[in-house]
Parts: sequence; structure tokens; C-alpha cells
Amino acid sequence: MRVNGEPVVLDVPPQVSLLDGLRDRLGLTGPKKGCDQGACGACTVLADGERIVSCLALAVQYEGREITTIEGVASLPDGAALQREFIRRDGFQCGFCTSGQICSAIGMLAERDSDAPPTRDEIREGMSGNLCRCGAYNGIVDAIEEVAT
Amino acid sequence: MRTFSYVRADDVDAALRAITDEPNAKFLGGGTNLVDLMREDIERPDTVVDITRLPLAEVEELPDGGVRIGALLRNSHLAAHPVIRSRYPMVAQAVLSGASGQLRNMATVGGNLMQRTRCLYFYDDAAACNKREPGSGCAAIGGFSRSHAVLGASASCAATHPSDLCVALAALDAIVELRSSRGTRRVPLVDFHRMPGDTPEIETVLADDELITAVELPPPPSGVSRYRKVRDRASYAFALVSVAAALDVQDGVVSSIRLALGGVGTKPWRAYQAERALLGAPATEESFRAAARAELADAVSLPHNEFKIRLAESTIVAVLRGMS
Ligand SMILES: Cc1cc2nc3c(=O)[nH]c(=O)nc-3n(C[C@H](O)[C@H](O)[C@H](O)COP(=O)(O)OP(=O)(O)OC[C@H]3O[C@@H](n4cnc5c(N)ncnc54)[C@H](O)[C@@H]3O)c2cc1C
Ligand code: SF4
Ligand code: FES
Ligand code: FES
Repeated sequence: MRVNGEPVVLDVPPQVSLLDGLRDRLGLTGPKKGCDQGACGACTVLADGERIVSCLALAVQYEGREITTIEGVASLPDGAALQREFIRRDGFQCGFCTSGQICSAIGMLAERDSDAPPTRDEIREGMSGNLCRCGAYNGIVDAIEEVAT
Repeated sequence: MRTFSYVRADDVDAALRAITDEPNAKFLGGGTNLVDLMREDIERPDTVVDITRLPLAEVEELPDGGVRIGALLRNSHLAAHPVIRSRYPMVAQAVLSGASGQLRNMATVGGNLMQRTRCLYFYDDAAACNKREPGSGCAAIGGFSRSHAVLGASASCAATHPSDLCVALAALDAIVELRSSRGTRRVPLVDFHRMPGDTPEIETVLADDELITAVELPPPPSGVSRYRKVRDRASYAFALVSVAAALDVQDGVVSSIRLALGGVGTKPWRAYQAERALLGAPATEESFRAAARAELADAVSLPHNEFKIRLAESTIVAVLRGMS
């Protein structure tokens, strides 16, 4: 597969999740393991530009695909801007959920088919798969709103 | 997670061959339910057959005005499809009310039909559960039963079917197409899921070696349609009660009605009794309430889910009132 634009060979048994493959084999520790059950979004990465939770993805299933983790988002449209605005708008406290939040925000903005800027409610609904235990939600919405308008 | 072998099928014949030839094999769609259940050691296949690359991810318009939805279409792509959004808005609303953006990008239509219950005792290997371990008993009956079914439960199991999509499909008279090495058969969605009875571990009529290839929708019913989901949080939670409805009113009288319920039944629940009560009746709040009561007359509650009977009634009435 390709990870963050580079071809990589990930030789793992079928039970290894994409999340564990990225973290333990490739040393990409940006994606986090929160729940390992698909519920928190901390492990969100992009597969061919679409956001997925890598904890419920088997690495073997993504052979040949283009995976982008937080380590690679700065070169994507919106990627660097989101990173900057998350800092400026207090979009995090402890930072555990942030890599997933930013990958998810990139995916969400790409999914939209309207040119009108998203409303705050729309951003909240679109980001509902990313939990933040620190409750930095207002800053997260501020940052995404800033980038999307 | 236990070890297993992995086979990727590139076409339907290869998938059917693999599921027959490999011992104790299971199809793998988006993995959002199966991978979780394998990690919990509830599902224990020796082989998974990855079907996500099968060429079954299209939405095709049919000559009769209906649509054929490929079983491997992802839930997000189903909800975003222009034909689905314009002609079957209830389907798009149901999908978007479920899970999260990430999960909908992974989850397939076939996997959504086959997803297993969210009963907390099903997930808890210390608890008795007839669905997980036939004959062991049911910890929900006598346990914490707030999320459980009030319609269709048996003495063996009262678990709800968690899908939102299936509730809309039940209302729309969807047909599920199944393929195996023996051939193709078509089953109405309302007959695809089984009542728990004495064998809650058998959840659908799908045979072990059968593949869901498509879901077909007949032309949409006349009038307006809507999917409404009531849950503990505004988003990202399973339904306490959900209602899929399509209603047409002519001269103040209900001329066409489709109604299905989620969150209250052991399977996606088509409300035929309510439909019978409503057809030809004046489109008034009294009729809506009488119809809801007719459907819920047989409801049986456990200690913590009695509220669902009233909640289902008021949600049905509110949805129909809002549409008429
Ligand atoms: C945190 C979380 C929240 C969720 N919230 C909701 C919600 O609110 N509403 C909702 O409706 N759903 C919800 N879901 C469930 C989600 O919709 C399902 O997990 C998903 O639809 C399953 O699809 P999949 O392709 O990932 O299936 P998989 O996990 O790949 O497979 C599930 C089962 O289906 C079988 N299968 C898959 N495809 C086929 C086929 N074509 N033919 C035969 N068998 C097949 C597999 O063998 C397996 O047994 C949630 C899930 C999670 C993890
Ligand atoms: S309700 Fe069904 S799934 Fe839940 S514990 Fe009882 S048997 Fe198991
Ligand atoms: S770790 Fe994947 S969603 Fe929580
Ligand atoms: S910043 Fe701490 S979990 Fe979100």
C-alpha cells in the first residue's frame, strides 16, 4: 500500500488491524487507540481520501490502497490550515483525540457537495464520530468553521 | 484476536467457491461489525472471505421505476446517491441517522442487513445469552432491559435488531437477492430476519454459503416519506424507537400508508396492523393514535423498557401528524 505518499510493504498476519499495523510496524503513532471498537474516532485515517476508523479495518483488506495519517495531512488541501486553526482556536487540550479529529474533518469537508459553508450544527453532526474526553468541542467546531469558510 | 486465514474474492463465483470450500468461513464486508465481534471472541471464523472488491457496488435504475442496490455499496455512498436522495429520501435519512461518517464509509449494505444485536449481555461473556451460547439462558430477562424489544420477544431472547437502514427497507417492501452455488433466490426484507423463538442464534434466512448480492426497491410509494429516530443523544447512538413512514392523503383520507418501526422489535418491524387501521381512515390525530395502539396492543414489556410502548405510540403520532 501507499502510506502518506510513500510505497510501503506491510507484512502482517490477517488479524492485525490497520491501526496496529500503522502504529506498531510502521511507527506512525499519530493515529491513537482509544476504544478499539469503532466508537471514539481517535484512530481515524483517510483511505483514498475517505475517512475510516482504522481499528475496525484489517490491514490486509487495504492492500494497494492509499492511506493518509495525521503525519501526512500537511500536504493535503485543508490539512495544514486545520492544523493551524486547531492550535489558534483551542481545538484541543490533552491532544489525544486531535489526530483523529483533523483526519475526520478533512474527510468530512471532502464529502460535502454544497458550496455553502457548513453550519455549526452540520459540523457537529458530521464530526459526531469523534469523541473528545477533554470537551474541546467548541474549539474544534471553531477551527473547522474557520477553515471551511 | 484468534488467528484465521484471509481470502480475497474478485468476483461472485470466487466468493461462492471460497465460502463453500473453506471450513467455517465468513464473508467480510466493511468489517465494522465482524472485526469487532471477532476481537470480542463472539465470532470465530477460521477463514474470512473479503468481498469488498466484488463488482456489486452500483445503484441501478430499473425499467419498472424501482432501483437495484448492490450489496457491497457503502452506506455513505447509498445515502449520497442522487436517485436515493430524491426518490427514496427515507433511506438516506435512515442511513445518515446511524453510526458515524467514518463507519458509514466502511459499512456495506449487505453487512448492515446482517449486523448483530447490541444487547449488552450478548457482548458480555460472563453473562448467560442464548444468542451467543444457545441454551445458556438470557441475562436480559430479569436483568437490565432498557434497550430491549417490546414486540416479537420470546422467552429465549428479547434483543432488538439495531439497523436503521432495515427499518426503511421494511417500509418500502424491499427485496433481498441471495446467491449460492445452488442458484439465486429473492426474499422480501420483511421475511429475511427471523423472530427469535427458541433459536435466537439463527437471525436470518440466509444459508451459511449464501451471499447477499443486491437489495431491490420497488417504485417509491406515493405521498411524503420520513425517517425519525429517537435516542438518548442527538446523534451517534442506536435507536430507542425509530419510525419509517410514507403517507398519502387524498381529500382528508389516508389513501396510502407504509409504516415500520425500529428499536422496539426483535427484527425490523413492519407495522401491518397500524397500516390496516389507517388505510381509508380520516387523516387525523385520533386515527394515528388508534393505529399506533392497534400495532402496540400485543406489546409485552420487561421491567425497564415499558417506556418504549408509550414512546413508540407518541413518535408514530408525531411523525404522521407532521406529514399530513
Ligand atoms: C460504534 C458503532 C455505532 C453504530 N451505530 C449504528 C446505528 O446507529 N445504526 C445502524 O444501523 N448501525 C450502526 N452501526 C452498525 C453498522 O451499521 C454495521 O456494523 C454495519 O452496517 C455492518 O456492515 P459491514 O459491511 O461493516 O459488515 P461486516 O462487519 O463486514 O459484516 C457483518 C456481517 O455480515 C456478513 N456479511 C457482510 N456482507 C455480506 C453479504 N454481502 N452477504 C452475506 N453476508 C454478509 C458478514 O459475514 C458478517 O457476519 C454502528 C456500528 C458501530 C461500530
Ligand atoms: S436478549 Fe437475546 S442477545 Fe440479549 S442476553 Fe438475552 S438471549 Fe442474549
Ligand atoms: S480506537 Fe478506533 S474508533 Fe476508537
Ligand atoms: S483534547 Fe483531550 S481528548 Fe480531545
